[in-house]
Amino acid sequence: MRIRIKLNGSWREDDVEPRLLLVYYLREVAGLTGTHIGCETTTCGACTILLNGEAVKSCTVLAVQADGAEITTIEGLASDGKLHPLQQGFWEEHGLQCGFCTPGMIMAACQLLGRNPHPTREEIRQGLEGNICRCTGYQHIVKAVEFAAQKISPQSTVES
Amino acid sequence: MSTKLLGERIKRKEDPRLIQGRAHYVDDLKLDGMLYMSFVRSVYAYARIKSIDAAAAKSLPGVLEVITGADIKDQLGLIPCAAGMEGLKIPKHYCLAVDTVRYVGEPVVAIVAKDRYTARDAVDKVEITYDPLTPVTDPESALGKDSPRVHEEFSDNLAFVAKLEAGDWKALEADSTLKIVKQRLINQRLAPASIETRGVIASYSLGEETLTVWSSTQIPHLLKTQLAILTRTDESRVRVIAPEVGGAFGSKLNVYAEEGVACYASHRLGKPVKWIEGRRENLLGTIHGRDQINDLELYVKPDGKVVGLKCNIIADLGAYHQLLTPAIPTLTALMIVGCYNIPNVWVETKGVFTNKMATDAYRGAGRPEATYIIERGMDLVARELNMDPVDVRMKNFPEPKDFPLALPTGVTYDTANYQKTLKKVLKLAHYPTLRKEQERLRKKGKYLGIGLSTYVEICAMGPSSRMPAGGWEFGMVRVEPTGKVTVYSGTSPHGQGEETSFAQITAEGLGIPFDDVTVYHGDTSVVQHGIGTFGSRTTAVGGTAVFRATERIRKKMARLAAHRLGVKPGDLEFRDGKVETSDGSKSMAFGDVVGEAYYARQLPPGVEPGLTEQYVFEPANYTFPFGAHVAVTEVDAETGEIALRNYYAVDDCGRILNPLLVDGQIHGGLAQGIGQALWEELVYDENGQVVTGSLMDYALPKAHQFPWFDTQTTETRTPVNPLGVKGVGEAGTIGSTPAIVNSVVDALQHLGVRHIDMPLKPEKIWKILKTVDGRQ
Repeated sequence: MRIRIKLNGSWREDDVEPRLLLVYYLREVAGLTGTHIGCETTTCGACTILLNGEAVKSCTVLAVQADGAEITTIEGLASDGKLHPLQQGFWEEHGLQCGFCTPGMIMAACQLLGRNPHPTREEIRQGLEGNICRCTGYQHIVKAVEFAAQKISPQSTVES
Repeated sequence: MSTKLLGERIKRKEDPRLIQGRAHYVDDLKLDGMLYMSFVRSVYAYARIKSIDAAAAKSLPGVLEVITGADIKDQLGLIPCAAGMEGLKIPKHYCLAVDTVRYVGEPVVAIVAKDRYTARDAVDKVEITYDPLTPVTDPESALGKDSPRVHEEFSDNLAFVAKLEAGDWKALEADSTLKIVKQRLINQRLAPASIETRGVIASYSLGEETLTVWSSTQIPHLLKTQLAILTRTDESRVRVIAPEVGGAFGSKLNVYAEEGVACYASHRLGKPVKWIEGRRENLLGTIHGRDQINDLELYVKPDGKVVGLKCNIIADLGAYHQLLTPAIPTLTALMIVGCYNIPNVWVETKGVFTNKMATDAYRGAGRPEATYIIERGMDLVARELNMDPVDVRMKNFPEPKDFPLALPTGVTYDTANYQKTLKKVLKLAHYPTLRKEQERLRKKGKYLGIGLSTYVEICAMGPSSRMPAGGWEFGMVRVEPTGKVTVYSGTSPHGQGEETSFAQITAEGLGIPFDDVTVYHGDTSVVQHGIGTFGSRTTAVGGTAVFRATERIRKKMARLAAHRLGVKPGDLEFRDGKVETSDGSKSMAFGDVVGEAYYARQLPPGVEPGLTEQYVFEPANYTFPFGAHVAVTEVDAETGEIALRNYYAVDDCGRILNPLLVDGQIHGGLAQGIGQALWEELVYDENGQVVTGSLMDYALPKAHQFPWFDTQTTETRTPVNPLGVKGVGEAGTIGSTPAIVNSVVDALQHLGVRHIDMPLKPEKIWKILKTVDGRQ
């Protein structure tokens, strides 16, 4: 089937098998390997991307379901060579170790800050409950999201 | 520009590629003509294979090869076990099952196809008929005379018995003034569950006759040697690359069947073959951790001094040995006295075959079990003698002046100050206030628990004399002609951040900018030798090799500079990008000294051109990091739900090279240790079926389940290596599990609860509450 997707700002068209999962479309057809696969059951969130602005787990969506949609992956987050505040935050606060969950974690955090620019620590933890990190114990991820919130919207009040 | 780097909070060099999706894990690699492999796995825990019908799979368009045990039996070697204790039974462990399957998930047939969807389709078309046998699933009854045997070639299911005995047990057992505190403790089976599963690409070049393997591994060099043996390939023609590795926690410290079969398939087809493990395969067929039954007896004087420890350990090894399977429970015996100098020790460890996946190294590997045994034990002693758990511990700690301390278990602890970490964590937690609050809440029918754990662990593995495959580590530093510096390490970090900390070591040593140093690891053709990353050894052993190689560079550069400046090499310092006398009167730019080495026009006599130095560090001892943790829990009297309210940790990993990395390791370790105490459990049913075969069933911890970890450190340097570092990779996991269980038992102690086995799930607590409430 022919699908048309606006991927990280550019439209592209591809012929895909109807059963092709979106995550394999992104990784193997479009060559964007920053989106990872961790569980195949929508549990770990390593494959999280933004589909029409919503955080979606691309391991349980068919590529054909994304026909006509706008998709942002981790590769599309930095602009003009400048890291997104969340990417800066993860780097600054050591919000990653092995890095495998990181792209999905950052994409989920993107949605979180879009909906709630000034989240409390508890709200950050709740907002990321669909993403599993086995390395960090999450504390530095919370700090990374706080860092980004401050950066995007400096007035935000952050718990000390 | 200051060149003080060690001890500084420095952001990681690794991160830019990882946060932008530009890193390359195994599955991100694509080679020309690459084929995909998939496995048909056993659905039975124990069965004879009657027949395999792969005709339908073979005829599927795009399927190139179907491989069975019969095909590889005489072509591929056996999966290696490096542990070699006396009398160990080592079953034949083929890469694909031959005649019999012995655990659910065991690879039986491999299929190679043009793409992963086709390979997966073909798996469903293979018909295997089995003759099911009665599986062995309970390690205790497996030891009974009437139990079915996992391996018929052996007389029983006992893989090994290891005994450790020290002290005067006759005198101890005759002493009627001693109290004996007994408890059975179950340390449940866990899944390491790194978020990146395993994966491998094997590429055999028919022309060059070389085998290149990309594997998500912690031990590229050991894997190279083992794959050369397994595939009967000249080792000089084998190259193993660990690309970006997405977590491992011990589970990738191994040689796996799929790696062997991928090499075999690539050799046969002359094309690269990729296999990426699915999550279910990961939970079924990647090594598991823990799984011990511990029967503990502590012999205690009326004042709380523990004078004897007896423990029977039954370790469920699973069906076959992976690389270190039998060695792991022996580490439990080695560390079983924890941070208490108990003079009389008797431990018998029985390793038992069952029809399950092998257990092996999972973060902590034998030491979390030891710590759990002794730390639960100390709390039981406190309860028995009606003492505060703090006082029992203080009573039994050795003094800082007692170190180095030789223990009856056969290890010598390097340095410690257990009193200091315990006092610090009690202050951090406001311990006396907590106890008062607990008292107050109890009167209101609310259950607050305060749990302690004071641990010591064994790290920096280790002296080669005590390691199964060498304990040294390789480091090399090359100053490039442009003055940039390349560091090569035989370790294989996969998230720990040594590309950063090793750069700190070398940049500070040479007085050059941090950004001028690049660290390479994980490729056996790039790094000449290596052991790998495990056992909290990377910085203590591998970092030391880099440190020493850097010193050798300094020595050579000082000689070159001294020759030009007309001073003694010993008068020169490396700072701010210069090599100069301490008063700065005679000075050369770092790059100019490098030029001396490469242009080689005026070398001092006997000095070779070039600027590359290497060092192989052999540690004289292990290191012994330690710490004290306090967990505060609230148990819901109605539902049995446990809320972890506060977690306080004071850890001592020796000298800290980068506090950011140390914090990260501690936090992650805490999450895994707490995960074991509260949620995680790899469950087999009585038929040997895995009940927790997906992440919807295996409860990995999530962000909202943790409180803010309140962590601090003390720094007691080790004399075992010149950096003074001890290691921190496993500390959090080792220390936290008993703190949580002690906390929950403490919350319910006044109701008569003495012990609860992990994981402390709400339904378990609820049932206990129902019983004890009835008793009240």
